[in-house]
Amino acid sequence: MIYGIALLAFSFLLGQWMGIILGHWIGIDSNVGGVGFAMLILMLTKEAFQRRGWFNAELEYGVDFWGKLYIPVVVAMAASLNVKAAVTSGSLAIAAGIIPVIVVFIIFRYLNKTLKIS
Amino acid sequence: MTELIQVIDSYGLIVAFLVVGIIILFSSIISKKVFRSKIPASAIAIFIGLVLGYFGGIFGGGTNGLADIRIFKGLGFMGGGMFRDFTIVATAIGASFLLIKKSGMLGMISLFLGLVVFFTIGVALGWIWGFRDAVSLTTIGAGACTYIVGPITGAAIGASSDIIALSIGIGVVKTITVIILTPILAKRIGLNSERAAMSYGGLMGTTSGVAAGLAATDPKLVPYGAVTATFYSGLGCLICPSVFYLILEYFF
Repeated sequence: MIYGIALLAFSFLLGQWMGIILGHWIGIDSNVGGVGFAMLILMLTKEAFQRRGWFNAELEYGVDFWGKLYIPVVVAMAASLNVKAAVTSGSLAIAAGIIPVIVVFIIFRYLNKTLKIS
Repeated sequence: MTELIQVIDSYGLIVAFLVVGIIILFSSIISKKVFRSKIPASAIAIFIGLVLGYFGGIFGGGTNGLADIRIFKGLGFMGGGMFRDFTIVATAIGASFLLIKKSGMLGMISLFLGLVVFFTIGVALGWIWGFRDAVSLTTIGAGACTYIVGPITGAAIGASSDIIALSIGIGVVKTITVIILTPILAKRIGLNSERAAMSYGGLMGTTSGVAAGLAATDPKLVPYGAVTATFYSGLGCLICPSVFYLILEYFF
């Protein structure tokens, strides 16, 4: 199981590192897509491991455990967001936070219908 | 009693596991008994989290919701960036790389389209609310992208601190709106496949909002939405203070 967690940690750290390097490279002081890179690295390593026959249930369990913790972590995140400030931060914050989201829902529905994404 | 407080104080993260476990247990009972499983337990749990965050803000008086109340401080750590990113990455183990590669182009287009739409509407609303200078308008538009893009853009182009605070507020409202509306509207907008989730993640941006919203809709879709959404803030931080700002400066 620890090998799975270690594999996840390896992908995570390498991805975040790439994100920070990309951020510096394009001249902004922030992490660009570190999580995305990490996810791609994890998927690629998984495939490479599978081809060599190194990937087993025990290994997957170590990663899966953390994946299943995602929803609980989001619940904790929701509870530690500054919801009060968001609700009371004035009419512009509410309008600019909600209206574009609704517009994008409509755009998404339209795109989905015309391009048949799904 | 003092001994119990001492235990709670020393083991904040463990307390958070217990608290979240209770919230989710409670949510699955509500989901089954009240909504006859029509609304998933995870959606209810996340919503309860937000409500608790609101009351935490009222009673704790800080900026971290319930985590500002001493006995719940572990929630801040459990819901913080490290655990959040680590668990999102872990969800990728069930995703198919081939599918992501195939939909890569669709994701890229969605990213750009999403940034343009959020920024433009943000700027338009800022203009309606009476802002006329390019710096404030750009910062407000960037805040409409995410609460990360807003302050980074504001700082880069020299916006005042109240405008930067406003842009963070806009971004937080956006995240919460996406979390709540995604599971409610998913069926109606056809958000039901891996490809759709990738394009959705790019359009909506906010990784925490998209991933939490998808988790409440269908956990299978989380990695696909997250993999594109995670590039949104970075791309926004790149484009907002440069291209978008220069365009606005030309007009104002």
